[in-house]
Amino acid sequence: MSSPYEKLPGWVEYVLIPLINLVVAFLVAGLVVLIVGQSPIKAASLLVQGAFGYGEGLGFTLYYATNFIFTGLAVSVAFHCGLFNIGGEGQAYVGGLGVALVCLWLDGIFPWYMTFMVAVMASALFGAAWALIPGFLQAKRGSHVVITTIMFNFIASSLMVYMLVEVIKPLGSMAPQTRTFLEGGQLPRLDWLLAIFGFDIGGAPFNLSFLVALVAAFFVWLLIWRTRLGYEIRTMGASPKAARYAGIKDARIIIITMLISGGLAGMMALNPIMGDQHRLQLDFVAGAGFVGIAVALMGRSHPVGIIPAAILFGVLYQGGAEISFEMPEISRDMITIIQGLVILFAGALENMFRPALVAFFATLRGAGNPSEVSTPGE
Amino acid sequence: MDYFQIALVTLEATIRLSVPLVLAALAGLFSERAGIFDIGLEGKMLAAAFAGGAAAAVYDSAFLGLLAAIAVSVCLALVHGYASITQRGNQIVSGVAINFIAIGATVILGQAWFRQGGRTPQLGGDSRFEAVTLPFVDTLADIPYLGDIYANLISGHFLLTYFAFAMVPFSWWVLYRTRFGLRLRAVGENPGAVDTAGISVTRMRYLAVICCGILCGFAGAYLSMAVAAGFVKGMTAGKGFIALAALIFAKWKPVNVMLACLLFGFLDALAILMQGRPLPLIGEVPVQFMQALPYILTVILLAGFIGKAIPPKAGGVPYVKER
Repeated sequence: MSSPYEKLPGWVEYVLIPLINLVVAFLVAGLVVLIVGQSPIKAASLLVQGAFGYGEGLGFTLYYATNFIFTGLAVSVAFHCGLFNIGGEGQAYVGGLGVALVCLWLDGIFPWYMTFMVAVMASALFGAAWALIPGFLQAKRGSHVVITTIMFNFIASSLMVYMLVEVIKPLGSMAPQTRTFLEGGQLPRLDWLLAIFGFDIGGAPFNLSFLVALVAAFFVWLLIWRTRLGYEIRTMGASPKAARYAGIKDARIIIITMLISGGLAGMMALNPIMGDQHRLQLDFVAGAGFVGIAVALMGRSHPVGIIPAAILFGVLYQGGAEISFEMPEISRDMITIIQGLVILFAGALENMFRPALVAFFATLRGAGNPSEVSTPGE
Repeated sequence: MDYFQIALVTLEATIRLSVPLVLAALAGLFSERAGIFDIGLEGKMLAAAFAGGAAAAVYDSAFLGLLAAIAVSVCLALVHGYASITQRGNQIVSGVAINFIAIGATVILGQAWFRQGGRTPQLGGDSRFEAVTLPFVDTLADIPYLGDIYANLISGHFLLTYFAFAMVPFSWWVLYRTRFGLRLRAVGENPGAVDTAGISVTRMRYLAVICCGILCGFAGAYLSMAVAAGFVKGMTAGKGFIALAALIFAKWKPVNVMLACLLFGFLDALAILMQGRPLPLIGEVPVQFMQALPYILTVILLAGFIGKAIPPKAGGVPYVKER
């Protein structure tokens, strides 16, 4: 995308602007807290206390963050190709079906690490499969991937309700969920990892998927910035015309990108299903696919940005639970508002403060070196 | 119940269920025809439903409720307009943001103001829209079939229902028979040409977005003040997205929009009717399949199996004036 704006120093572009946008989003959220008649400062301190103050809170923060790393990576890979994958929610939901089927099949036969390897592949495969049709339609038929992935979210939700209620629910059970997995379908928790830092995670479901998410983030970085495919993806995103002119097969790249994106979203299901609940439940994704959009926008689609952004949303989810406990007026729906505000200010309005900053740095430079004053009014 | 009665009940439900879709899809039509993609229909409708329910309950007036619904919806539409027209931001991102803000804010504010678990107080009397009975219902009641059809299908709806269906030809007239409509469509196809003719692209697009906000306001008011007697958390339940699907299904044309909305409303009514009733030959159709059918149909359409849906050419592209 050609930017009609002047170039800024790197640290301003990648650190200062996202930070300003984030601060504005949180200021507006604080305003909502004020309207509700509560103290934003009290809410903020409860938030930090709940998310970092003790071992179990920290464990939950990182548990939520794991979900958002996966979905954030999924959205960002598609962003690099100029595609907007809103279907992370549905892809993760269907990915959960893959995880559950593998666990139900293998949990009594193999130890967890064998089941896990198959489950990782199944989650990615199912998630990718759910992104295949939108990717294919975008590549071959030119139907907008945004619309098709929205439609596929709803279709996934209907499909999964059907599967859980009619197909894989155990006989005689009323609740629409699978049976609880045996030992062979449960991931070990990472209590030892936080114990190194002197934290006791207590009952928090912080588990191995967190490390898988970090590995996935590394591979995404490798893919996007260090491989030929990644270069082709970025070229497509920057200019589809140039990519086609350079001989890049655009249809192929679009489909592959959507498959990778869907696969990453699908892998998110490992965390709640194998790591926490040990069964497949209705709506286990609980909006994580959509949080991925905010995370990707905030993290500027780079793994180094996505991980802290995911942790920030982990803080909001865990600390938000804590706040609603102490201040019932601020329920967890507050997170949804913040999520929306972050998407608005870090995404749609990302350039709002840019002209002011450009002017500011121009005067700075002008003051330092009078010969380089940019000509105004172009 | 004989088949005539079943058909009557289903068609009556179809009309009831398609009204919010018609209004929201027409809202989307104005916006998207001017080149502003809007996936925030759902959020605007939800916020409007809440504002309508809340204001109607507090001031005990359906009219003030409707005004509040429209005002809030237009405000959100202007946020979307500011992000996508003035700031040239990504229109999809902005729409997503508005949906989330609406989902969260309606619950938080509802809980803070009314403390009923995110509901607004029950509406009744002056604060709610009542069904209108048209004249001659009693006169025609004795005529077999025709009397029933007149009493149930044509009469006995809310004022907003008649408004919604009247908006279909009106939108067509505005878009295709007025100077405003011509310019609005042109801005969505070739903003450069409109600019060359000395008409402000920015102004046209803002006007389109405001039209969209007004219609979404009506759709929200219909949900919380006519069909239901008050706002319930998340009460749009994806209707904004079905409306979006209908808009695409209709290939961005007003009369088609109404037909698509009626089709999707009919599918919804059919799903309720068929619950637990096996069909001959096919057996029982899962409810979930019926619920997913509008989305599946839209995907099939987008795949190019039912004609081709071509969006406005400049849709989603911010306009940068040449210098």
